[in-house]
Amino acid sequence: MSLALAVLAQTTEIVPSAFWRMVVNGVSLGAIYAVLAMGFVIIFKSTQVFNLATGAIAAVGAFLVASAATIVNIPGRWMGEAPAWLQWGLSVVFALLVTAIFAMILERLFLRPMVGEALILLAVVTLGADILIRTITNDFIGLSARPMADPFGISQVGIGCADGGIVGSVQLIEVCSVRIPHTTIFQVILTAVLVAAVALFFRSSTGVAMRATAFDQEAARAQGISVARIFALSFAIGAVLAAVGGMFISMFPRRPSGVDNFTAFFAFRAFPAVILGGLDSVFGALVGGFIIGMAESAASSYVTFDFLGTGFGGVVPYVVMLLVLLIRPYGLFGTEEIRRV
Amino acid sequence: MRGRPLLFSSYEQDQALLNTTTKRVSVFILLFLLVLVPFEVLPGLGFLAEDSWLRILSTVAIFAIGGLGMNILFGLAGQVSLGHAFFMGIGAYVAAVLGADPDGRYFGLGLPIWIWLPAAGIVAALVGVAVGPTAVRVRGLYLAVVTLGLVFIGDYMFRNLDTITGGSELGRTFPPLDFRLWMEDEPLLNVSSDGAWLGIDLTSEAKSYLVLLVLAIVFVIFAKNIQRTRVGRAFMAIRDRDVAAEIMGVDEVRYKLLAFGISSFFAGIAGALLASFVGSVIPERWDLFLSVEFIAIVLIGGAGTVTGTLLGAAFVTILPRVVQDFTLWVQGVVDAGDSPMATVLDFVVATDSSDFGLVNTLPGVGPGLSVFQLNQVIYGLLIIGFLIFEPLGLYGIWIRMRNYWKGWPFTY
Repeated sequence: MSLALAVLAQTTEIVPSAFWRMVVNGVSLGAIYAVLAMGFVIIFKSTQVFNLATGAIAAVGAFLVASAATIVNIPGRWMGEAPAWLQWGLSVVFALLVTAIFAMILERLFLRPMVGEALILLAVVTLGADILIRTITNDFIGLSARPMADPFGISQVGIGCADGGIVGSVQLIEVCSVRIPHTTIFQVILTAVLVAAVALFFRSSTGVAMRATAFDQEAARAQGISVARIFALSFAIGAVLAAVGGMFISMFPRRPSGVDNFTAFFAFRAFPAVILGGLDSVFGALVGGFIIGMAESAASSYVTFDFLGTGFGGVVPYVVMLLVLLIRPYGLFGTEEIRRV
Repeated sequence: MRGRPLLFSSYEQDQALLNTTTKRVSVFILLFLLVLVPFEVLPGLGFLAEDSWLRILSTVAIFAIGGLGMNILFGLAGQVSLGHAFFMGIGAYVAAVLGADPDGRYFGLGLPIWIWLPAAGIVAALVGVAVGPTAVRVRGLYLAVVTLGLVFIGDYMFRNLDTITGGSELGRTFPPLDFRLWMEDEPLLNVSSDGAWLGIDLTSEAKSYLVLLVLAIVFVIFAKNIQRTRVGRAFMAIRDRDVAAEIMGVDEVRYKLLAFGISSFFAGIAGALLASFVGSVIPERWDLFLSVEFIAIVLIGGAGTVTGTLLGAAFVTILPRVVQDFTLWVQGVVDAGDSPMATVLDFVVATDSSDFGLVNTLPGVGPGLSVFQLNQVIYGLLIIGFLIFEPLGLYGIWIRMRNYWKGWPFTY
């Protein structure tokens, strides 16, 4: 080992860059949090439901993607010749649609009867739904991880690489200043597409109806907007975004082997992103997601004091959130509620 | 007076702890029965004197104390906190540091219970008040997420402070409930081993049950007194409309901090008692699910009422045992086979890995939910169900039953 390292140091000047690795990791994490947070904010803005079941829905979505791509194999079973990426992409679309329908049923069963109740009680209903859905989903997933069967695998793009050289007859792997997983590139592209889609949607007539509902439910009704339909639609959109987040969590490099019992739990870290950006700002959710992702990644790679122990990266989102809330109680972009006594 | 129990001629009478004769009589009968439980003298309830049931009843007492704390914050003051488990953890580890055996593997000072138990509550309350400024600045839903963060930060701290907490997945032992005057070898009141009290032979479970019952009664009276005095009314005013409360002269910041402090005090005591009663606890015990359990207790029992919280604590703690016994019974019927009952119930349990069933009683993986998962599912359904159909919880059901019989046979 020491011999190999000595040779490595001789044959190449390229040192793996901790900084860029941190950035790549942070962007990848940030995409997860941003997507989850955006889904959350869309639901909160239009229905006033503080959806604590986001993590559970993310796990349902990821599990459905995994099943649609592997065991159930829809639509792959009818298209034997099509390339793998197309089959997988269609499986994802199918799984996202099923998740959307699932979320609409959830809203109809548990949240529609509670319309008009205090916001806190609505939040507690979703907490109950979270326990219910998470337990059943985890039972379906089982103890071992379910592979996502995505076409990216663990392949990475190396930037600034040099040959590792040869020690004896062994060819050493090449050394790169940074490696970007294909999945991270996919995440960034898909996140950008989703953000653009959401932005375009808000300019469509249905999107305007949704914004009107978010602004004032009664006035929206008076204009002939079906508030019930908007509620269902916003849950569907929120669930699709949550499911995409769950899919990102379950892919390399987060969970190399797929969706497992911790997928739902991981999504809890998106709540700091929501609060940081402000509960009712879609743009804030995007920014908050990337800030939290970067902070967590930076803390994991740079903060290595012994006294901090293990798992510090996991609590960084909450620490950042607490610090920001001390200064801005409504997050960075949230609407400030003005109270005077 | 005798024939008119609801005629109150003074404010003190109206606000009394037990303001009607019926309440006075029924509460004393209930207390009498609860004290008699471990002595196997109650007809038909003898099974409660078994050690396993006494342990469950003791846990009910501990969860009642924690639940009362949650009720003060959530039910009375209307602040959603998911951080209850964090404060329970603080209480437990304060108890461990002060009370654990100094010669043990982990840090402990060996002080007696009358120091470590109140200290557990007080330190937890101080932490609660210290976190308060953030908590008071943010409102409503933001608060829920801040306290959610508290649980995760606490979980991280407890896992890493291994000189105090024993470390992740390992845990440590906690001081027993024995009462000592100071650090003498022979405790004045021996709770942790079998033996005689006043000439009556008792198991350690029975002794713990009696001690925890007394403590629970003390805290019920405390909680009831908070609720029926100025502080409790101020909490309720803040819950119902914070701006209106301030207009009436309720100092919102002060009372919110107070609500946090008192709730954390109860949580700290409950955490210390739980750890002490169980004996050995891993740091992962103080997780989000424990907090959710307390929200479930308050909601299922009936938010804002002491009686409801007690009902909720009993319900939530006894439920897993009932579910377990029920699945075992179903399993028994199915195994006996060949009755129509067995055919129907076969769809409920999965007895081997190829069998279809809602619940599986096998150890390990299999089709269907495990008993633990079934409990979780029932919690989830109960939280949702009570919020949608009966927001006042079990207490609301009881009130409706009572009012029905009050006017019976007339409808009102």
